This record gives sequence, C-alpha cells and structure tokens, in this order.
Amino acid sequence: MENHLYLILIISLFQLITISYSLYFHIDETERKCFIEEIPDETLVIGKYRVELLDENTNTYGATPYGIGMNVEIKDPDDKIVLSKLYTSEGRFTFTSHMPGEHLICLYSNSSAWFGRQKLRIHLDIDVGEHAIDYQEIGAREKLTELQLRIRQLLDQVQQIAKEQNYQRYREERFRATSESTNQRVLWWSFAQVTVLVIAGFWQMRHLKGFFLAKKLV
Amino acid sequence: MLPLLSHTLLVCIILIFKKIHANELTFELPDNAKECFHDKLKIGSKFVLEYQVVTGGNYDVDLELKSPSGKILYKETKKQYDQFEKTVEEDGVYQFCFSNEFSTFTHKIIYIDWKVDGDPEHEIPQPGPRVAEGALTMIELKVGKIHENLEKSIDYQTHHRLREATGRARAEDLQERVQIWSLGQFILIIIVAIGTVLLLRSFFTDRRTSSNMTWNR
Repeated sequence: MENHLYLILIISLFQLITISYSLYFHIDETERKCFIEEIPDETLVIGKYRVELLDENTNTYGATPYGIGMNVEIKDPDDKIVLSKLYTSEGRFTFTSHMPGEHLICLYSNSSAWFGRQKLRIHLDIDVGEHAIDYQEIGAREKLTELQLRIRQLLDQVQQIAKEQNYQRYREERFRATSESTNQRVLWWSFAQVTVLVIAGFWQMRHLKGFFLAKKLV
Repeated sequence: MLPLLSHTLLVCIILIFKKIHANELTFELPDNAKECFHDKLKIGSKFVLEYQVVTGGNYDVDLELKSPSGKILYKETKKQYDQFEKTVEEDGVYQFCFSNEFSTFTHKIIYIDWKVDGDPEHEIPQPGPRVAEGALTMIELKVGKIHENLEKSIDYQTHHRLREATGRARAEDLQERVQIWSLGQFILIIIVAIGTVLLLRSFFTDRRTSSNMTWNR
C-alpha cells in the first residue's frame, strides 16, 4: 500500500511539472477563443489549461485572483453542446466524441466586463486519441514490463489509424454526395432557365402582338 | 520489496525517456487579425513548426517567428503550407504570429503543429526509443522502428485529412453558390421579361396619337 502511494506521488509530481510549460497565447478578459478538432467517433480528447492574469503594475503575468475561472464549452458537429462547465484557473477537461466530425472547443473567462479589459495568458494543451493516453499510469496500474508497454502503445496507434481511415471513408462519401448534388443542381437549373427564357419570349411576342392589334397600330 | 523496486525502476526508466511534445491546434483567424503563440524553450532543444491553411480565400497566411532577443528566424508572406525546424540557440520565450491583415473579408482556418524535442521541461513520460540503457534487443529495436513509422503514418493521415477538408469546404461552398445564383438568375429573367413588356407598353400608351399618325402615313 505504502509502495503504491510512493509511486503515485512520483507520478503526480511529474504530472505537475509537465503542466507548467506548453504553448500559450493571450486573450482579452471577455474574449472567446475557439479551437476546431476534426475527429472520428469514439475518440478521447483531453485538454489541459492554465490561466494567468496580466498584472498592470509589474507588467508580468501572475496567478489569477480568486473567482476568475474559465468556461469550457464543447460543441459537436451538429452544434449541440457536449460539455459546458466552469473550471478554476487551472483545469483539465475530457470528452469522448460520439459522432465523427468537427468539434468546437471554446474557452472564455467568466469575468464580467466591470473589471476592465485585462489580458489573460492561457497555457493550453489538447491531446487527441492516442496522444491522450497516459502510458505511465497504465504501466504502473497493470504492472507491465517496458516492452509490453511499448507494444500496448503500438496497438493503440494502429487502432487510431484504423479509426481515422474509417472516418476518411465517411468524409469521402459526403464529399461525393455534395459534388453529385451540385452536378444535379447545375443541370436542373440550366434546364429551368432555358425553359423560362423560351416561355418568356413566346409570352412577350403574343402579348405585344395582342397589344398592338388592340391599339390598332398594326 | 522486489515489486516496488522493479516498479520504481520502470517509472525511473520511463521518466528518463525523451519524448517529443507535440501540440496540434486548429483555429480560425478572422480577417485583419493577427494571432500569436508563445513558448518558453531551452538551449539544446529542437523545435519544428508546421502549419497549413485549411480553408479561406486564397489559402494564404503570413507567419513570423521571433527569438527571445527579437531576431526574426522565419518570415514568410502568403504561404499555404510550410514546415520550419531549428535547434534552439537562445534561452527564453519564442513567439510565432500568424497574420491575416492583408485580407479584407475572408477569414481563414489554420492548422498548426508545434513539436518540441529534447527539452527536459517539455518531457512527457511515455514509452519511446531508449537511448541510455545498455544494448537494445532486436525486438526493442524493431518495436521502436514500428513506432516511428506509425507516427509518420498518423502524420500523413492528418495532412490527407486537411487537404480533403479544403476540398470539401470548397465543394460545399460551390453547391450553395450555384443554388443562390441560379435562383437569382431565374427570378431576374422573369422580372426582365415582364419589365420589358411593361416598358414597351408605356412607350406606346403615352404617344398614341402621334405614332398613330406616323403609322398611317
């Protein structure tokens, strides 16, 4: 029991270190920043973020005061909200896609505009599919040797490739359907326009002939 | 006791591994906008930045990559796809900015892939090719190779997906435009036909007496 606790301590310590440095960007307090993830279905997505507030006095970024959190909103390809939660200044969100397509991950802070338009620095890391799997944890939990762990990783990678190719087939189908629909539309609209032109021509001739006859000009 | 030792050893081995930390993001860059990303890097690590414009206008974007001292390491305008790698020579915060300021009303969707390799702070403990432990067995070598090739395969798939997304966005846009313009032209034909007739009628209705006389001559 004690041994496992020690192990878990090492693992969590290292997790803490890895969350410290990653890509970051700046947004305004009231701004909403969205990222698109095009993924096949049944794919796990893990996002980790950390928010810092710009201190106007010292011009450095520091920890956020209590109360500032980030809303995380995730929409699926049908524009339905999959996840909408408020997290603190440091958070971790996960979701599994249930349909293939473009998912939208949006982050916006929950501060009202009264605080002024301060700048926020967001460290963000989004891991999709096999990148989201924590092998360290699996290795410790299932007591696998290093080789077994690596083969496990290979299996997960291959599974992801297969899923992505299946999604590719689905997308290709949609593309083909769109192209064929455009083809059909061009055909029918051209036909309709030619017909309307001819009818309009005939109608004009007939109407004007009748008009001139009535006016006794012809 | 032995299980603990082997577990600790396993964890330590895994923690020593150097793994590429990859950060992939796809975001929308509005017209006349500039979007910057920053990262803190150490000397000796190597970074690779790959970007691709997925949809929007002429599929071009400006990119500028600056070192912590302000030196411009990479500056390209109106490029659709490029890859840039460099070994870090300066400690500090590197920033790269995408600019769509030359465009007045098309907003672009841009995919970026930011990989940092060899930076202890960017390490994620994951199984990877071992570099510091004795002789590699044949199996481990092969497994390492398979892993590398699978990574490449996944990378190719991503690029294929992005190109296909570009084509699909164009096709869907075309479909909508064909519909709208055809409908518009259809209605326009009808309006013009009726309008011409009405206009002609108005000519002859006003000057009826004069044209009556000219005709009878």
